[in-house]
Amino acid sequence: MITYFLCLVLFAIGLFCVVRKRNIIKIIIGIGIMEYAINLFFVLVGYRTHGRSPIFARDQMVTNMVDPLPQSVALTAIVISLSVTLMLVAVAIRIYERYGTFDITKINRLKG
Amino acid sequence: MAPFFLIIPLAAAFIMTLISRTDERIRDVFAILVAISLPVLSILTLMKVAIPAGSVLVHRMSGFMPPAGIAFVVDGLSAFMLVTVNSVALFVIVYSSGYMKKYTDKWKFYALFFMMISGINGVLIASDIFNLYVFMEIAAIAAYFLVAFGTGAEELEASFKYAIMGTVASAFILLGIAFLYGYTSTLNMMDMASVISTLPQVRTIQFISVLFLMGFGLKAALVPFHAWLAYAHSSAPAPVSAMLSGVLIKALGIYAIARIFFSVFGMSAEICQILIALGVLSMIVGAILAFGQSDIKKIFAYSTVSQIGYISLALGVATPLAFVGAIFHLFNHSAVKSLLFLNSGSIEHMTGTRELSRISGVVKNAPVTGYTTLLGALSISGVPPFGGFWSKLIIIFACIQAGHPFLALIAVLVSVMTLAYYFVSMTGVLFGVKADAAGFVNKIHPAMKAGVIAMALIVLFAPLALLPDVKKILIDGAVSVLVNGRAYADMMLGAIK
Repeated sequence: MITYFLCLVLFAIGLFCVVRKRNIIKIIIGIGIMEYAINLFFVLVGYRTHGRSPIFARDQMVTNMVDPLPQSVALTAIVISLSVTLMLVAVAIRIYERYGTFDITKINRLKG
Repeated sequence: MAPFFLIIPLAAAFIMTLISRTDERIRDVFAILVAISLPVLSILTLMKVAIPAGSVLVHRMSGFMPPAGIAFVVDGLSAFMLVTVNSVALFVIVYSSGYMKKYTDKWKFYALFFMMISGINGVLIASDIFNLYVFMEIAAIAAYFLVAFGTGAEELEASFKYAIMGTVASAFILLGIAFLYGYTSTLNMMDMASVISTLPQVRTIQFISVLFLMGFGLKAALVPFHAWLAYAHSSAPAPVSAMLSGVLIKALGIYAIARIFFSVFGMSAEICQILIALGVLSMIVGAILAFGQSDIKKIFAYSTVSQIGYISLALGVATPLAFVGAIFHLFNHSAVKSLLFLNSGSIEHMTGTRELSRISGVVKNAPVTGYTTLLGALSISGVPPFGGFWSKLIIIFACIQAGHPFLALIAVLVSVMTLAYYFVSMTGVLFGVKADAAGFVNKIHPAMKAGVIAMALIVLFAPLALLPDVKKILIDGAVSVLVNGRAYADMMLGAIK
């Protein structure tokens, strides 16, 4: 139970970073934290008490293994979040070239 | 049949990078050929799905049987959306082969564009909810890059803000998928529907619904999640705006909402009320914000918010007639808004400005652009006999028939407001004679004219989709998917297995 709660706390920290921080690099890090929290939650969803890793061996009966599907989903989600982070950082670099600042409140030419 | 919608654009994106050093004409011809093949394929698919009515196309991957394996499923709704998306994509590609000449590295645009198309097509044919998420992210990441394609300060800023909001929305959707998997122990949407109907009613589904509404609502730009739209759509290059406004927000937002809430969760009164509330809010707020904009693209962008509200309202009313209205309005809005955004690109190309006060006399100086813009504006503001009038009329009738006369009144009022802001903003642009107006310095490329004229023909003949024979093929399959809801999913599961 405490693990799920900590997972929620991690997600909330990431969301707080995205909403409240002014530096765009910190915003990107916040998005990363959110993604980590969701991946952790996926692995927790698939966890079974005293379960072992889901690997079939030729000569043993595995009675209690964790669910492998959320783990593969988490892997795919990690790859997606990597590409999103890459894209955001690339755009952040170009923004710094154009605006000379990382402060999101000063990047505001799109008014009206 | 189904996987080709993914394979062709993905392969085209890779081949485009390989032939990036060849002559420009070769790349243009290649892109247009690929773009022609997709609508042809989608119309063939639509024929297969519509005759006999209610059949589905299933493609199983890797020999595993669903629900354990992954399948691509094309039903009526998917087939209709595929036709819409790929037709718009074809005309946008034809247009951009002329328009994108002013940018360097046009092949990068084509590659990203095809990536986006394959992502959208993947969303439309996925039967597995995590697949839907992955394809949605492919389309969204390509869209973030395409918004920043001009690499000016404003484009980058719009792209960054859009990307942040879009990523947070995707995070909420992924969280919803995690909860849904924990609740149903399956990822296949059809299987999920049948599992949910056997499980006891708990609060989990409401919680997941809220997460999905936040995520997909942002992708669909429903008020209050619409903040990114005006920036992203007005800063992007014109073909990209046309794709974003015409196709992306419908496939990633409206289609996903319809698919998940109607086919998987089953219609519930609360969801319908929320959709109606969001729709009415979007209609009114979008129409109000469209007044007083000085940028021609921002007017079109806020008009998009307003029209998406109509579609959401019709989905929320949830009678068969309302679904016909929603589907038909989606079709009209795709064609019209793509046309208008393409024309805004032409106007910007000719005059070098997007300020309403500095553009005038487009009809006299550039008849093709002027008359097609006039056609699009008339259609979307609901002037008979064009398509927008009929679809709005169907939605208004459906509201009255379902016993919501107040909603019908709001729809009529917003329709009048739409006519008003288009009239106020477009009259000066199209017919005005101003002394201090920007001159028409550049000629537009023939390819741009060709794309716009083809789009205008679609807009002009859109009302013919309501003829019984055409309606049976184009609209009725999609409507039956929405009407049957969860019962449809059980039938599909039988077809898949």
